[in-house]
Amino acid sequence: MDESLQLAVKAISERFGASAGEFRGETTLLVPAAKIVEACLALRDEFGFDTLPVETAVDYYPKTEPRFNVVYVLYSTASHTYLNLRASVNADPAEIDTVESIYPSANWREREIWDLFGIRFKGHSDLRRLMMPPNWEGHPLRKDYPLGYEEVQYTFNYEEIQLQKPRGER
Amino acid sequence: MREIQEFTLDELRHLFSPRAQTGETMVLNMGPQHPSTHGVLRLIVELDGEIVVNCVPDIGFLHTGIEKNMEYKTYLKAEVMTDRIDYLYAIGNNLVYCLGIEKLTGLKPPPRADAIRVILTELSRIQSHLIWIGTSALDLAAMSVFLYAMREREMILDIFELVSGQRMMTTYIRPGGLWRDVPAEFEAAVRHVIDVLPKRIDEYEALLTKNYLFMDRTKGIGKIDTATCLAWNVSGPVLRATGMAHDQRKANPYSGYEQYDFDIPTQTEGDVYARYQVRVAEMRESVKIVRQALDKLPYGPVIDNNRKYVPPPRSELSVSMESLIHHFKLWTEGFTPPVGSVYTSIESPRGELGVFLESDGSPKPYRVHYRTPSIPLLQIMPILSKGHFVADLVGIIGSIDIVLGDADR
Amino acid sequence: MGIEQKAGNMGVVTTTLEQAINWSRTNSMWPMLFGLACCAIEMMGAQAPSYDMSRFGMELMRASPRQSDLMIVAGRVSQKMAPVLRNLYDMMPDPKWVIAMGDCAACGGVFNNYAVLQGVDEVVPVDVYVAGCPPRPEGLINGVILLHKKVAAEKLAAWK
Repeated sequence: MDESLQLAVKAISERFGASAGEFRGETTLLVPAAKIVEACLALRDEFGFDTLPVETAVDYYPKTEPRFNVVYVLYSTASHTYLNLRASVNADPAEIDTVESIYPSANWREREIWDLFGIRFKGHSDLRRLMMPPNWEGHPLRKDYPLGYEEVQYTFNYEEIQLQKPRGER
Repeated sequence: MREIQEFTLDELRHLFSPRAQTGETMVLNMGPQHPSTHGVLRLIVELDGEIVVNCVPDIGFLHTGIEKNMEYKTYLKAEVMTDRIDYLYAIGNNLVYCLGIEKLTGLKPPPRADAIRVILTELSRIQSHLIWIGTSALDLAAMSVFLYAMREREMILDIFELVSGQRMMTTYIRPGGLWRDVPAEFEAAVRHVIDVLPKRIDEYEALLTKNYLFMDRTKGIGKIDTATCLAWNVSGPVLRATGMAHDQRKANPYSGYEQYDFDIPTQTEGDVYARYQVRVAEMRESVKIVRQALDKLPYGPVIDNNRKYVPPPRSELSVSMESLIHHFKLWTEGFTPPVGSVYTSIESPRGELGVFLESDGSPKPYRVHYRTPSIPLLQIMPILSKGHFVADLVGIIGSIDIVLGDADR
Repeated sequence: MGIEQKAGNMGVVTTTLEQAINWSRTNSMWPMLFGLACCAIEMMGAQAPSYDMSRFGMELMRASPRQSDLMIVAGRVSQKMAPVLRNLYDMMPDPKWVIAMGDCAACGGVFNNYAVLQGVDEVVPVDVYVAGCPPRPEGLINGVILLHKKVAAEKLAAWK
């Protein structure tokens, strides 16, 4: 990795107790969840990572400590470099601070994570469902949520599926 | 029977001004089905007479659960679903997914595959901009541009059909290279298209650029500046129209873009007219890139030789036992990339299109997330439309060039 | 529909009247713009110069359901969109027909999961299914011609 990125990684690791790793040319910092807002603030103001292209989550279901990893990818338009951050979130309570005050674009991305994963963001201005209807139950992208597929109708099970399928009438 | 689940104004009161509570301003629904052909977007606008005070987009009407569905299929079979995310730039979705897999597994596509990928993605970019110019001009009541643009688009779709058999959702780009080599008529067909296109783009400019009515409806409307764009992570033509010359093809080049000579068109105004000029100039730059790629098209294989990830050619199956075993394992179980996560991004006609892939060593992706450019573009709708008339809203939605399949996935 | 009541059961007049009314219905069916996803782009392509649909009477695409008689559901219908679709169908005045364009509208298509309706016939009754992902514009026009044939064969007893 180049100089400026190395400096940033060193500074963040020392100040916030983050551990760094590298895979396929990408640097990932594991930041403790409580320090994520300060780390993002430092990266934006001191090291020039001015945009947040990606904020998403990964569910490691059978594990509960931590169950989720919230992934942030920061990008610096001046030096064209990416930096990944990961923060661990436990299963219960699934909460983490919001970075909306630092990167306004995180607003909808965190709404999407709340909708699909159920991770609550403390301090978010407008935490409602984004993709699913407002009264939907459950968080679809969790690993314990079923895919919800419909059995394919072959000749041997045609009638029984036909009885259960709803049909629209005039 | 399902009921439409609705928010009451009470629940959304934190988004609208206090005047909406007293009824001084009107909160109106521009529902999911409306005449602008931009897909199922719902806008809840707060109006003071005809002036828009606030505009809240509500998405999710096209949510398809692609990311979850891809976790249940092997890497190659999941690629079919990626075409349908940003359906106007279908080849680009395939490309970014394959670039992600290639980064994860270490596959290297040969130069011929890279060149053909560049040709097809640039043609796809031209096709997406043609639909944009057709539909946004149609919204502003310039109907002939729509008919002309669709005529040009048919020529480009004929090339996609020549190469892969499908007009839009080709799934032609596979991890390691391409599905198969292009037929012999490819070069002549592409050359015909790029010879004809510049004059046709001149025709669109003749109809719109100096058109008094078009300029009146687009100049000064929907302005935004660079700092706001970066804070809200807007990229693509909207960012370039504010003056920042940032393009993923130059900043983090992929598929051999470093060898081609092209400019990044920018404007400084940041309004609807500036975005129109940027996109028309981009169409011309794409024609330049295709011409260079076609002139330099190298000979050679079109897919990498790594049999652990790429199926062997069928002619080898009757002769070699290892090929048969590789073929069998790849088509039944699928390939298994190493454990880890990557993020790759390319430049789509709307901005930065990226994919975040996490693998846990199994043949199915553990987590696929598409970073799509339409979400930030929708988030800036309130900023763009504040203080304009309702009639301008349509022009603004047309100019940001959103695709709802992109936003909702 | 007073005229056939007055004409009564005089066989010859009723049949010719049926044909006349069916002919007028098929020759100027106005579709409602209901393009949802990728199939909408091919529907626009079918409306465009190379595969002109106006030769079949579908000159105007009306955005308002109250002024259209054909709903071409082009694209995948998600859970959030399904009640909206039904609402729009109910708003259309009789006579109305539905074409399910594309694999997603016909049967759920590539997407067999929680978010997509497995076939739009779960909420509205469909007359013609057009297969393809997305169907070629010629495929859509074939579907429209099939619908015209179906309407031309409609009998007096089936009208409301």
